[in-house]
Amino acid sequence: MSNEWAIEAHGLVKDFGEQRAVDHVDLNVAPGIVYGVLGPNGAGKTTTIRMLATLLGIDEGEARIFGHDVVKDAHRVRQLIGVTGQYASVDETLTARENLDIFCRLQGLTGKAIRAKGDELLESFGLTDAANKPLSKFSGGMRRRLDLAASLIARPPLIFLDEPTTGLDPRTRSQMWDTIRELITAGSTVLLTTQYLDEADQLADRIAVIDTGRVVAEGTADELKALVGTSALQVTLGESDDADHASQVISSITGTDVTRSPESRRINAPLTDTGVVTDVLVALRERGIEVTELSLQKPSLDEVFLTITGHTAESTTESENEESAA
Amino acid sequence: MSAVTTATVASGFDRTLPRHVSLRQNWRDSMIMARRAIIKMRRTPEQLIDVTLQPIIFTVMFGYIFGGAISGDVQSYLPFFIPGILVQTVLTGASAAGTTLREDMDKGVFDRFKSLPMARIAPLAGALTGDLVRYLIAGTITFVMAFLMGYRPGGGVLGVAATMLLVMACGWALSWIFALVGVSMKSARGVQGIAFLILFPLTFLSSAFVPTETMPGWLQAFVKINPVTHIIKAARDLCNLGTFGADGWYALLGSAIVIAIFAPLAVRKYRTHT
Repeated sequence: MSNEWAIEAHGLVKDFGEQRAVDHVDLNVAPGIVYGVLGPNGAGKTTTIRMLATLLGIDEGEARIFGHDVVKDAHRVRQLIGVTGQYASVDETLTARENLDIFCRLQGLTGKAIRAKGDELLESFGLTDAANKPLSKFSGGMRRRLDLAASLIARPPLIFLDEPTTGLDPRTRSQMWDTIRELITAGSTVLLTTQYLDEADQLADRIAVIDTGRVVAEGTADELKALVGTSALQVTLGESDDADHASQVISSITGTDVTRSPESRRINAPLTDTGVVTDVLVALRERGIEVTELSLQKPSLDEVFLTITGHTAESTTESENEESAA
Repeated sequence: MSAVTTATVASGFDRTLPRHVSLRQNWRDSMIMARRAIIKMRRTPEQLIDVTLQPIIFTVMFGYIFGGAISGDVQSYLPFFIPGILVQTVLTGASAAGTTLREDMDKGVFDRFKSLPMARIAPLAGALTGDLVRYLIAGTITFVMAFLMGYRPGGGVLGVAATMLLVMACGWALSWIFALVGVSMKSARGVQGIAFLILFPLTFLSSAFVPTETMPGWLQAFVKINPVTHIIKAARDLCNLGTFGADGWYALLGSAIVIAIFAPLAVRKYRTHT
Protein backbone atom coordinates (compact mmCIF):
# COMPACT_ATOMS: atom_id res chain seq x y z
CA MET A 1 0.00 0.00 0.00
CA SER A 2 1.24 3.43 -0.88
CA ASN A 3 2.62 5.88 1.61
CA GLU A 4 0.50 8.89 0.81
CA TRP A 5 -2.68 8.70 2.89
CA ALA A 6 -3.02 9.79 6.50
CA ILE A 7 -5.94 7.36 6.74
CA GLU A 8 -6.54 4.53 4.34
CA ALA A 9 -9.41 2.16 5.07
CA HIS A 10 -10.72 -0.65 2.90
CA GLY A 11 -13.95 -2.52 3.43
CA LEU A 12 -14.26 -1.91 7.18
CA VAL A 13 -16.98 -4.01 8.78
CA LYS A 14 -18.20 -4.09 12.38
CA ASP A 15 -21.10 -6.14 13.68
CA PHE A 16 -22.74 -5.75 17.07
CA GLY A 17 -24.58 -9.02 17.40
CA GLU A 18 -27.10 -9.24 14.60
CA GLN A 19 -26.68 -5.64 13.67
CA ARG A 20 -24.11 -4.44 11.15
CA ALA A 21 -22.96 -1.06 12.45
CA VAL A 22 -20.33 -0.47 9.79
CA ASP A 23 -20.77 -2.07 6.39
CA HIS A 24 -17.73 -2.05 4.10
CA VAL A 25 -16.56 1.50 4.65
CA ASP A 26 -13.71 2.81 2.47
CA LEU A 27 -11.95 6.03 3.41
CA ASN A 28 -8.93 7.78 1.94
CA VAL A 29 -7.83 10.86 3.81
CA ALA A 30 -4.94 12.97 2.54
CA PRO A 31 -2.61 14.49 5.13
CA GLY A 32 -3.10 18.12 6.14
CA ILE A 33 -6.84 18.38 5.62
CA VAL A 34 -10.03 18.32 7.66
CA TYR A 35 -12.03 15.30 6.59
CA GLY A 36 -15.66 15.32 7.63
CA VAL A 37 -17.74 12.21 8.21
CA LEU A 38 -21.34 13.33 8.02
CA GLY A 39 -24.30 11.27 9.06
CA PRO A 40 -27.23 10.94 11.44
CA ASN A 41 -27.16 9.26 14.85
CA GLY A 42 -26.50 5.58 14.55
CA ALA A 43 -25.06 5.79 11.04
CA GLY A 44 -21.80 4.18 12.20
CA LYS A 45 -19.65 7.29 12.55
CA THR A 46 -18.49 6.63 16.10
CA THR A 47 -17.90 2.95 15.41
CA THR A 48 -15.77 3.83 12.38
CA ILE A 49 -13.68 6.31 14.38
CA ARG A 50 -13.22 3.80 17.20
CA MET A 51 -11.93 1.18 14.79
CA LEU A 52 -9.51 3.63 13.17
CA ALA A 53 -8.32 4.81 16.61
CA THR A 54 -7.51 1.23 17.78
CA LEU A 55 -10.30 1.36 20.38
CA LEU A 56 -12.42 -1.30 18.75
CA GLY A 57 -11.60 -4.50 16.89
CA ILE A 58 -12.22 -4.77 13.15
CA ASP A 59 -14.43 -7.63 11.95
CA GLU A 60 -13.49 -7.36 8.27
CA GLY A 61 -11.33 -5.14 6.12
CA GLU A 62 -8.20 -3.24 7.01
CA ALA A 63 -7.09 0.26 7.88
CA ARG A 64 -3.78 2.07 7.90
CA ILE A 65 -2.77 5.27 9.62
CA PHE A 66 0.24 6.89 7.91
CA GLY A 67 0.95 3.46 6.48
CA HIS A 68 0.74 1.55 9.80
CA ASP A 69 -1.88 -1.18 10.16
CA VAL A 70 -4.28 -0.28 13.01
CA VAL A 71 -4.52 -3.90 14.17
CA LYS A 72 -1.02 -5.30 13.66
CA ASP A 73 0.78 -2.08 14.47
CA ALA A 74 -1.59 -0.59 17.03
CA HIS A 75 1.17 0.68 19.30
CA ARG A 76 2.72 2.70 16.46
CA VAL A 77 -0.66 4.03 15.38
CA ARG A 78 -1.33 5.21 18.94
CA GLN A 79 1.85 7.28 18.77
CA LEU A 80 0.43 9.15 15.78
CA ILE A 81 -3.12 9.92 16.86
CA GLY A 82 -5.09 12.01 19.30
CA VAL A 83 -8.69 11.05 20.05
CA THR A 84 -11.43 13.24 21.43
CA GLY A 85 -14.61 11.30 21.96
CA GLN A 86 -18.21 12.31 22.00
CA TYR A 87 -18.21 11.86 25.75
CA ALA A 88 -15.29 13.64 27.34
CA SER A 89 -12.56 11.13 28.08
CA VAL A 90 -11.15 12.84 31.13
CA ASP A 91 -11.11 11.91 34.81
CA GLU A 92 -14.12 13.29 36.65
CA THR A 93 -12.65 13.08 40.13
CA LEU A 94 -9.43 14.90 39.24
CA THR A 95 -8.79 18.55 38.49
CA ALA A 96 -7.97 19.80 35.00
CA ARG A 97 -4.34 20.17 36.02
CA GLU A 98 -4.15 16.65 37.47
CA ASN A 99 -5.72 15.21 34.34
CA LEU A 100 -3.18 16.87 32.07
CA ASP A 101 -0.39 15.94 34.47
CA ILE A 102 -1.22 12.23 34.23
CA PHE A 103 -1.70 12.27 30.45
CA CYS A 104 1.60 14.16 30.02
CA ARG A 105 3.44 11.55 32.11
CA LEU A 106 1.85 8.74 30.13
CA GLN A 107 3.08 10.43 26.96
CA GLY A 108 6.62 10.26 28.32
CA LEU A 109 7.09 13.82 29.57
CA THR A 110 9.15 14.20 32.73
CA GLY A 111 10.19 16.87 35.23
CA LYS A 112 9.56 20.49 34.36
CA ALA A 113 8.20 19.66 30.92
CA ILE A 114 5.02 18.29 32.54
CA ARG A 115 4.18 21.56 34.27
CA ALA A 116 5.15 23.61 31.20
CA LYS A 117 3.00 21.55 28.84
CA GLY A 118 0.07 21.75 31.25
CA ASP A 119 0.42 25.54 31.53
CA GLU A 120 0.63 25.91 27.77
CA LEU A 121 -2.48 23.82 27.10
CA LEU A 122 -4.55 25.33 29.92
CA GLU A 123 -3.61 28.77 28.62
CA SER A 124 -4.43 28.10 24.98
CA PHE A 125 -7.77 26.52 25.85
CA GLY A 126 -8.76 29.24 28.30
CA LEU A 127 -8.77 26.94 31.31
CA THR A 128 -6.02 28.56 33.40
CA ASP A 129 -8.50 29.95 35.96
CA ALA A 130 -10.22 26.60 36.32
CA ALA A 131 -6.99 24.57 36.45
CA ASN A 132 -7.40 23.43 40.04
CA LYS A 133 -11.14 22.99 40.15
CA PRO A 134 -12.63 19.51 40.14
CA LEU A 135 -14.22 18.60 36.83
CA SER A 136 -17.62 18.25 38.45
CA LYS A 137 -17.68 22.06 38.43
CA PHE A 138 -16.91 22.21 34.69
CA SER A 139 -19.42 23.07 31.97
CA GLY A 140 -19.83 20.79 28.97
CA GLY A 141 -17.81 23.17 26.84
CA MET A 142 -14.95 23.29 29.35
CA ARG A 143 -14.81 19.51 29.52
CA ARG A 144 -14.71 19.30 25.76
CA ARG A 145 -11.85 21.80 25.68
CA LEU A 146 -9.90 19.92 28.33
CA ASP A 147 -10.53 16.72 26.42
CA LEU A 148 -9.15 18.23 23.23
CA ALA A 149 -6.22 19.73 25.11
CA ALA A 150 -5.37 16.25 26.43
CA SER A 151 -5.46 14.90 22.87
CA LEU A 152 -2.87 17.44 21.74
CA ILE A 153 -0.14 16.77 24.33
CA ALA A 154 2.02 14.74 21.97
CA ARG A 155 1.23 17.03 19.00
CA PRO A 156 -0.19 14.12 17.01
CA PRO A 157 -0.21 14.43 13.21
CA LEU A 158 -3.71 12.90 13.10
CA ILE A 159 -6.57 13.94 15.36
CA PHE A 160 -9.93 12.18 15.57
CA LEU A 161 -12.79 14.36 16.76
CA ASP A 162 -16.07 12.57 17.35
CA GLU A 163 -18.87 15.12 17.15
CA PRO A 164 -16.71 17.83 18.72
CA THR A 165 -19.47 20.44 18.85
CA THR A 166 -22.59 18.41 19.61
CA GLY A 167 -24.32 20.03 22.55
CA LEU A 168 -22.16 23.14 22.59
CA ASP A 169 -23.60 26.64 22.52
CA PRO A 170 -22.98 28.65 19.32
CA ARG A 171 -20.11 30.68 20.75
CA THR A 172 -18.22 27.67 22.05
CA ARG A 173 -18.92 25.93 18.78
CA SER A 174 -17.30 28.67 16.74
CA GLN A 175 -14.31 28.66 19.12
CA MET A 176 -13.99 24.93 18.53
CA TRP A 177 -14.05 25.55 14.78
CA ASP A 178 -11.24 28.10 15.11
CA THR A 179 -9.20 25.62 17.10
CA ILE A 180 -9.70 22.94 14.45
CA ARG A 181 -8.54 25.35 11.74
CA GLU A 182 -5.45 26.15 13.80
CA LEU A 183 -4.65 22.45 14.08
CA ILE A 184 -4.61 22.23 10.29
CA THR A 185 -2.49 25.35 9.98
CA ALA A 186 0.02 23.74 12.33
CA GLY A 187 0.21 20.74 10.00
CA SER A 188 -2.08 18.15 11.56
CA THR A 189 -4.75 16.12 9.81
CA VAL A 190 -8.22 16.07 11.37
CA LEU A 191 -10.97 13.52 10.92
CA LEU A 192 -14.19 14.78 12.44
CA THR A 193 -17.68 13.37 12.57
CA THR A 194 -20.71 15.57 12.64
CA GLN A 195 -24.46 15.54 12.27
CA TYR A 196 -24.45 19.08 10.96
CA LEU A 197 -24.15 19.80 7.28
CA ASP A 198 -23.24 23.36 8.15
CA GLU A 199 -20.29 22.22 10.25
CA ALA A 200 -18.96 19.92 7.57
CA ASP A 201 -19.41 22.74 5.09
CA GLN A 202 -17.51 25.27 7.23
CA LEU A 203 -14.62 23.03 8.15
CA ALA A 204 -14.12 20.02 5.97
CA ASP A 205 -12.04 19.92 2.82
CA ARG A 206 -13.65 16.63 1.93
CA ILE A 207 -16.75 14.95 3.27
CA ALA A 208 -17.98 11.38 3.38
CA VAL A 209 -21.72 11.01 3.87
CA ILE A 210 -22.41 7.87 5.86
CA ASP A 211 -25.74 6.15 6.30
CA THR A 212 -26.65 2.80 7.87
CA GLY A 213 -22.96 1.93 8.01
CA ARG A 214 -22.18 2.71 4.38
CA VAL A 215 -20.48 5.62 2.67
CA VAL A 216 -23.18 6.86 0.32
CA ALA A 217 -21.39 9.90 -1.08
CA GLU A 218 -17.92 11.37 -0.92
CA GLY A 219 -16.43 14.60 -2.20
CA THR A 220 -15.77 18.24 -1.45
CA ALA A 221 -18.50 20.33 0.11
CA ASP A 222 -19.17 21.92 -3.28
CA GLU A 223 -19.49 18.57 -4.99
CA LEU A 224 -22.00 17.38 -2.41
CA LYS A 225 -23.90 20.61 -2.55
CA ALA A 226 -24.23 20.27 -6.29
CA LEU A 227 -26.19 17.12 -5.49
CA VAL A 228 -28.67 18.84 -3.20
CA GLY A 229 -28.44 22.51 -4.14
CA THR A 230 -27.51 25.22 -1.67
CA SER A 231 -31.11 25.63 -0.63
CA ALA A 232 -34.48 24.29 -1.56
CA LEU A 233 -37.53 25.97 -3.03
CA GLN A 234 -40.86 24.63 -1.91
CA VAL A 235 -43.90 25.57 -3.95
CA THR A 236 -47.48 24.63 -3.09
CA LEU A 237 -49.87 24.74 -6.01
CA GLY A 238 -53.51 25.72 -6.01
CA GLU A 239 -54.45 22.88 -8.33
CA SER A 240 -52.82 19.47 -8.26
CA ASP A 241 -53.60 19.10 -11.99
CA ASP A 242 -50.90 21.67 -12.66
CA ALA A 243 -48.23 19.55 -11.03
CA ASP A 244 -46.66 18.02 -14.14
CA HIS A 245 -46.56 21.26 -15.99
CA ALA A 246 -45.24 23.18 -12.99
CA SER A 247 -42.54 20.60 -12.33
CA GLN A 248 -41.28 20.95 -15.88
CA VAL A 249 -41.23 24.73 -15.67
CA ILE A 250 -39.45 24.81 -12.34
CA SER A 251 -36.96 22.13 -13.33
CA SER A 252 -36.07 23.96 -16.54
CA ILE A 253 -35.30 27.14 -14.61
CA THR A 254 -33.47 25.67 -11.61
CA GLY A 255 -31.64 23.10 -13.68
CA THR A 256 -32.15 20.48 -10.93
CA ASP A 257 -34.39 17.48 -10.49
CA VAL A 258 -37.51 18.33 -8.53
CA THR A 259 -39.39 16.06 -6.16
CA ARG A 260 -43.14 16.07 -5.57
CA SER A 261 -45.08 15.34 -2.43
CA PRO A 262 -47.42 12.33 -2.64
CA GLU A 263 -50.56 14.45 -3.04
CA SER A 264 -48.71 16.24 -5.85
CA ARG A 265 -49.48 19.76 -4.79
CA ARG A 266 -46.11 20.47 -3.23
CA ILE A 267 -43.00 20.67 -5.38
CA ASN A 268 -39.53 20.70 -3.89
CA ALA A 269 -36.65 21.97 -6.01
CA PRO A 270 -33.00 22.17 -4.95
CA LEU A 271 -31.43 25.48 -5.87
CA THR A 272 -27.84 26.24 -6.68
CA ASP A 273 -28.65 29.94 -7.06
CA THR A 274 -31.41 31.50 -4.95
CA GLY A 275 -31.65 34.35 -7.47
CA VAL A 276 -33.81 32.22 -9.77
CA VAL A 277 -36.77 32.27 -7.36
CA THR A 278 -38.25 35.35 -9.02
CA ASP A 279 -37.77 33.74 -12.44
CA VAL A 280 -39.73 30.73 -11.23
CA LEU A 281 -42.57 32.88 -9.94
CA VAL A 282 -42.73 34.95 -13.13
CA ALA A 283 -42.69 31.84 -15.31
CA LEU A 284 -45.47 30.19 -13.28
CA ARG A 285 -47.66 33.30 -13.46
CA GLU A 286 -47.11 33.61 -17.21
CA ARG A 287 -48.43 30.08 -17.58
CA GLY A 288 -51.38 30.74 -15.32
CA ILE A 289 -50.32 28.29 -12.63
CA GLU A 290 -51.63 29.32 -9.23
CA VAL A 291 -49.22 29.26 -6.32
CA THR A 292 -50.70 29.26 -2.81
CA GLU A 293 -47.55 28.97 -0.77
CA LEU A 294 -43.86 29.38 -1.33
CA SER A 295 -40.86 28.95 0.90
CA LEU A 296 -37.12 28.94 0.58
CA GLN A 297 -35.18 26.59 2.85
CA LYS A 298 -31.53 26.04 3.49
CA PRO A 299 -30.59 22.48 2.70
CA SER A 300 -30.57 20.29 5.75
CA LEU A 301 -28.88 17.00 6.35
CA ASP A 302 -32.30 15.52 5.66
CA GLU A 303 -32.19 16.79 2.12
CA VAL A 304 -28.70 15.46 1.56
CA PHE A 305 -30.04 12.15 2.69
CA LEU A 306 -33.22 12.37 0.77
CA THR A 307 -31.33 13.16 -2.38
CA ILE A 308 -28.53 10.66 -1.94
CA THR A 309 -30.22 7.77 -0.19
CA GLY A 310 -33.83 8.26 -1.15
CA HIS A 311 -34.95 8.27 2.48
CA THR A 312 -34.83 10.79 5.29
CA ALA A 313 -32.26 10.83 8.05
CA GLU A 314 -34.87 10.13 10.74
CA SER A 315 -35.67 6.71 9.39
CA THR A 316 -32.09 5.59 9.94
CA THR A 317 -31.88 6.18 13.69
CA GLU A 318 -32.63 2.57 14.50
CA SER A 319 -29.31 2.04 16.19
CA GLU A 320 -29.29 4.46 19.09
CA ASN A 321 -27.43 1.75 20.92
CA GLU A 322 -24.35 2.25 18.78
CA GLU A 323 -22.58 4.22 21.48
CA SER A 324 -23.38 1.86 24.29
CA ALA A 325 -22.42 -1.13 22.20
CA ALA A 326 -19.17 0.56 21.28
CA MET B 1 -9.31 28.94 23.08
CA SER B 2 -7.14 30.54 20.52
CA ALA B 3 -3.60 30.03 19.37
CA VAL B 4 -3.25 26.33 20.02
CA THR B 5 0.37 27.06 19.35
CA THR B 6 2.29 28.27 16.37
CA ALA B 7 4.80 25.44 16.28
CA THR B 8 4.31 23.03 13.42
CA VAL B 9 3.52 19.36 13.77
CA ALA B 10 6.01 16.96 12.24
CA SER B 11 4.73 14.79 9.40
CA GLY B 12 3.15 11.47 10.31
CA PHE B 13 5.22 9.69 7.69
CA ASP B 14 8.81 8.54 8.04
CA ARG B 15 8.86 8.61 11.81
CA THR B 16 10.89 6.08 13.73
CA LEU B 17 8.41 4.61 16.17
CA PRO B 18 8.94 1.76 18.61
CA ARG B 19 6.69 -1.15 17.75
CA HIS B 20 6.23 -2.40 21.31
CA VAL B 21 6.13 -1.02 24.81
CA SER B 22 9.47 -1.48 26.54
CA LEU B 23 9.79 -3.24 29.89
CA ARG B 24 10.78 0.04 31.48
CA GLN B 25 7.68 1.73 30.12
CA ASN B 26 5.51 -1.02 31.62
CA TRP B 27 6.95 -0.16 35.01
CA ARG B 28 6.81 3.62 34.48
CA ASP B 29 3.19 3.65 33.24
CA SER B 30 2.07 1.35 36.06
CA MET B 31 3.58 3.74 38.60
CA ILE B 32 1.82 6.70 36.92
CA MET B 33 -1.47 4.84 37.12
CA ALA B 34 -0.83 3.94 40.77
CA ARG B 35 -0.28 7.63 41.41
CA ARG B 36 -3.61 8.35 39.73
CA ALA B 37 -5.34 5.73 41.91
CA ILE B 38 -3.93 7.32 45.07
CA ILE B 39 -5.02 10.83 44.01
CA LYS B 40 -8.52 9.47 43.36
CA MET B 41 -8.52 7.78 46.76
CA ARG B 42 -7.64 11.06 48.43
CA ARG B 43 -10.43 12.78 46.49
CA THR B 44 -13.06 10.20 47.45
CA PRO B 45 -12.29 9.15 51.04
CA GLU B 46 -15.53 7.14 51.24
CA GLN B 47 -13.62 4.50 49.25
CA LEU B 48 -11.68 3.88 52.46
CA ILE B 49 -14.67 3.10 54.68
CA ASP B 50 -14.36 -0.66 54.24
CA VAL B 51 -10.68 -0.78 55.15
CA THR B 52 -11.12 1.48 58.20
CA LEU B 53 -14.34 0.26 59.78
CA GLN B 54 -14.10 -3.43 58.99
CA PRO B 55 -10.90 -4.11 60.94
CA ILE B 56 -12.30 -2.28 63.95
CA ILE B 57 -15.59 -4.19 63.99
CA PHE B 58 -14.41 -7.62 62.84
CA THR B 59 -11.34 -7.77 65.05
CA VAL B 60 -13.36 -7.04 68.16
CA MET B 61 -16.37 -9.10 67.13
CA PHE B 62 -14.62 -12.30 66.02
CA GLY B 63 -12.06 -11.98 68.80
CA TYR B 64 -14.71 -12.05 71.51
CA ILE B 65 -17.06 -14.50 69.72
CA PHE B 66 -14.50 -17.22 68.97
CA GLY B 67 -11.89 -16.52 71.63
CA GLY B 68 -13.43 -18.34 74.58
CA ALA B 69 -14.74 -21.27 72.57
CA ILE B 70 -11.54 -22.00 70.72
CA SER B 71 -8.76 -21.09 73.10
CA GLY B 72 -10.50 -20.93 76.48
CA ASP B 73 -10.10 -17.17 76.74
CA VAL B 74 -9.66 -14.19 74.42
CA GLN B 75 -6.07 -13.45 75.46
CA SER B 76 -4.74 -16.86 74.44
CA TYR B 77 -6.76 -16.72 71.21
CA LEU B 78 -5.20 -13.45 69.99
CA PRO B 79 -1.80 -14.77 68.80
CA PHE B 80 -3.69 -17.33 66.70
CA PHE B 81 -6.47 -15.04 65.62
CA ILE B 82 -4.87 -11.65 64.85
CA PRO B 83 -2.71 -12.79 61.91
CA GLY B 84 -5.78 -14.61 60.56
CA ILE B 85 -8.08 -11.60 60.75
CA LEU B 86 -5.28 -9.44 59.32
CA VAL B 87 -5.07 -11.57 56.20
CA GLN B 88 -8.85 -11.79 55.96
CA THR B 89 -9.20 -8.01 56.24
CA VAL B 90 -6.56 -7.31 53.60
CA LEU B 91 -8.10 -9.85 51.22
CA THR B 92 -11.53 -8.30 51.70
CA GLY B 93 -9.90 -5.02 50.71
CA ALA B 94 -8.37 -6.75 47.70
CA SER B 95 -11.72 -8.20 46.67
CA ALA B 96 -13.00 -4.66 46.06
CA ALA B 97 -10.36 -4.20 43.33
CA GLY B 98 -12.57 -5.73 40.64
CA THR B 99 -15.54 -3.52 41.45
CA THR B 100 -13.43 -0.35 41.50
CA LEU B 101 -11.81 -1.33 38.23
CA ARG B 102 -15.13 -2.12 36.57
CA GLU B 103 -16.64 1.22 37.62
CA ASP B 104 -13.54 3.07 36.49
CA MET B 105 -13.42 1.29 33.13
CA ASP B 106 -16.98 2.24 32.34
CA LYS B 107 -15.97 5.89 32.40
CA GLY B 108 -14.86 7.78 29.32
CA VAL B 109 -11.32 8.28 30.56
CA PHE B 110 -10.51 4.64 29.81
CA ASP B 111 -11.02 5.40 26.12
CA ARG B 112 -8.12 7.80 26.41
CA PHE B 113 -5.93 5.25 28.17
CA LYS B 114 -6.66 2.81 25.38
CA SER B 115 -5.84 5.30 22.65
CA LEU B 116 -2.53 6.30 24.27
CA PRO B 117 0.70 4.51 23.40
CA MET B 118 0.94 3.34 27.00
CA ALA B 119 1.57 -0.08 28.53
CA ARG B 120 -1.61 -2.17 28.46
CA ILE B 121 -0.88 -3.64 31.89
CA ALA B 122 -0.60 -0.19 33.51
CA PRO B 123 -4.29 0.62 34.09
CA LEU B 124 -4.67 -2.71 35.92
CA ALA B 125 -1.32 -2.93 37.68
CA GLY B 126 -1.57 0.74 38.64
CA ALA B 127 -4.98 0.38 40.24
CA LEU B 128 -3.91 -2.73 42.15
CA THR B 129 -0.70 -1.08 43.31
CA GLY B 130 -2.57 1.99 44.51
CA ASP B 131 -4.64 -0.38 46.63
CA LEU B 132 -1.52 -1.12 48.71
CA VAL B 133 -2.39 2.10 50.55
CA ARG B 134 -5.74 0.55 51.48
CA TYR B 135 -4.04 -2.62 52.76
CA LEU B 136 -1.63 -0.53 54.81
CA ILE B 137 -4.53 1.31 56.43
CA ALA B 138 -6.46 -1.92 57.09
CA GLY B 139 -3.40 -3.68 58.52
CA THR B 140 -2.39 -0.79 60.75
CA ILE B 141 -5.88 -0.49 62.21
CA THR B 142 -6.03 -4.25 62.81
CA PHE B 143 -2.78 -4.14 64.79
CA VAL B 144 -3.92 -1.09 66.76
CA MET B 145 -7.15 -2.89 67.69
CA ALA B 146 -5.18 -6.01 68.58
CA PHE B 147 -2.88 -3.98 70.81
CA LEU B 148 -5.88 -2.42 72.56
CA MET B 149 -7.31 -5.89 73.14
CA GLY B 150 -4.08 -6.87 74.83
CA TYR B 151 -2.13 -8.57 72.04
CA ARG B 152 1.65 -8.27 72.45
CA PRO B 153 3.28 -9.85 69.35
CA GLY B 154 6.32 -11.95 70.22
CA GLY B 155 8.04 -11.01 66.97
CA GLY B 156 8.28 -7.39 68.09
CA VAL B 157 8.10 -4.31 65.88
CA LEU B 158 10.24 -5.96 63.21
CA GLY B 159 8.05 -9.04 63.14
CA VAL B 160 4.93 -6.92 62.80
CA ALA B 161 6.50 -4.84 60.01
CA ALA B 162 7.61 -7.99 58.16
CA THR B 163 4.09 -9.43 58.57
CA MET B 164 2.60 -6.30 57.05
CA LEU B 165 4.99 -6.46 54.10
CA LEU B 166 4.24 -10.11 53.46
CA VAL B 167 0.48 -9.70 53.73
CA MET B 168 0.46 -6.62 51.50
CA ALA B 169 2.54 -8.37 48.85
CA CYS B 170 0.29 -11.44 48.92
CA GLY B 171 -2.83 -9.24 48.90
CA TRP B 172 -1.51 -7.50 45.77
CA ALA B 173 -0.90 -10.86 44.11
CA LEU B 174 -4.34 -12.25 44.96
CA SER B 175 -6.04 -9.03 43.85
CA TRP B 176 -5.23 -10.08 40.25
CA ILE B 177 -7.95 -12.72 40.62
CA PHE B 178 -10.45 -9.98 41.41
CA ALA B 179 -9.04 -7.78 38.64
CA LEU B 180 -9.80 -10.56 36.14
CA VAL B 181 -13.37 -10.75 37.45
CA GLY B 182 -13.59 -6.95 37.13
CA VAL B 183 -12.50 -6.76 33.51
CA SER B 184 -14.52 -9.84 32.51
CA MET B 185 -17.94 -8.85 33.77
CA LYS B 186 -20.31 -6.24 32.48
CA SER B 187 -21.64 -4.67 35.68
CA ALA B 188 -20.03 -3.62 38.94
CA ARG B 189 -22.81 -5.36 40.86
CA GLY B 190 -22.06 -8.66 39.17
CA VAL B 191 -18.37 -8.23 39.93
CA GLN B 192 -19.16 -7.73 43.60
CA GLY B 193 -21.26 -10.87 43.74
CA ILE B 194 -18.57 -13.05 42.18
CA ALA B 195 -15.89 -11.43 44.33
CA PHE B 196 -17.72 -12.52 47.49
CA LEU B 197 -18.09 -16.05 46.17
CA ILE B 198 -14.32 -16.20 45.70
CA LEU B 199 -13.41 -14.37 48.88
CA PHE B 200 -15.39 -16.46 51.36
CA PRO B 201 -14.04 -19.92 50.49
CA LEU B 202 -10.52 -18.50 50.21
CA THR B 203 -10.55 -16.95 53.66
CA PHE B 204 -12.85 -19.26 55.64
CA LEU B 205 -11.49 -22.50 54.19
CA SER B 206 -8.18 -21.72 55.81
CA SER B 207 -6.83 -21.67 59.30
CA ALA B 208 -7.81 -18.02 59.76
CA PHE B 209 -10.22 -18.48 62.66
CA VAL B 210 -10.24 -22.08 63.78
CA PRO B 211 -7.72 -24.90 63.93
CA THR B 212 -8.22 -27.13 60.90
CA GLU B 213 -7.91 -30.52 62.70
CA THR B 214 -11.68 -30.86 63.25
CA MET B 215 -12.52 -30.36 59.54
CA PRO B 216 -13.38 -33.40 57.37
CA GLY B 217 -10.48 -34.81 55.36
CA TRP B 218 -11.56 -33.50 51.95
CA LEU B 219 -11.86 -30.02 53.37
CA GLN B 220 -8.45 -30.28 54.99
CA ALA B 221 -7.06 -31.18 51.58
CA PHE B 222 -8.32 -27.91 50.14
CA VAL B 223 -7.21 -25.95 53.18
CA LYS B 224 -3.69 -27.35 52.69
CA ILE B 225 -3.36 -26.16 49.09
CA ASN B 226 -5.15 -22.87 49.72
CA PRO B 227 -2.39 -20.22 49.50
CA VAL B 228 -4.29 -18.19 52.09
CA THR B 229 -3.61 -20.90 54.70
CA HIS B 230 0.13 -20.54 54.10
CA ILE B 231 -0.04 -16.75 54.15
CA ILE B 232 -1.78 -16.91 57.53
CA LYS B 233 0.66 -19.46 58.96
CA ALA B 234 3.59 -17.42 57.71
CA ALA B 235 2.04 -14.29 59.24
CA ARG B 236 1.67 -16.12 62.60
CA ASP B 237 5.31 -17.17 62.52
CA LEU B 238 6.51 -13.66 61.73
CA CYS B 239 4.21 -11.97 64.21
CA ASN B 240 4.55 -14.29 67.17
CA LEU B 241 8.04 -15.71 66.72
CA GLY B 242 9.74 -13.38 64.26
CA THR B 243 10.67 -16.33 62.03
CA PHE B 244 10.18 -16.97 58.35
CA GLY B 245 9.90 -20.62 57.37
CA ALA B 246 8.47 -23.03 54.82
CA ASP B 247 4.98 -21.51 55.03
CA GLY B 248 6.46 -18.15 54.09
CA TRP B 249 8.04 -19.62 50.99
CA TYR B 250 4.82 -21.45 50.11
CA ALA B 251 2.90 -18.20 50.54
CA LEU B 252 5.27 -16.37 48.18
CA LEU B 253 5.25 -19.25 45.69
CA GLY B 254 1.45 -19.40 45.73
CA SER B 255 1.29 -15.64 45.20
CA ALA B 256 3.70 -15.84 42.28
CA ILE B 257 1.62 -18.61 40.70
CA VAL B 258 -1.56 -16.54 41.09
CA ILE B 259 0.13 -13.58 39.36
CA ALA B 260 1.51 -15.78 36.60
CA ILE B 261 -1.95 -17.15 35.84
CA PHE B 262 -4.26 -14.24 36.46
CA ALA B 263 -2.25 -11.18 35.39
CA PRO B 264 -1.85 -12.27 31.74
CA LEU B 265 -5.52 -13.34 31.60
CA ALA B 266 -6.69 -10.01 33.03
CA VAL B 267 -4.49 -7.95 30.70
CA ARG B 268 -5.66 -9.98 27.70
CA LYS B 269 -9.27 -9.53 28.68
CA TYR B 270 -8.68 -5.80 29.12
CA ARG B 271 -7.02 -5.46 25.70
CA THR B 272 -9.87 -7.16 23.89
CA HIS B 273 -12.61 -5.56 25.98
CA THR B 274 -14.63 -3.28 23.73
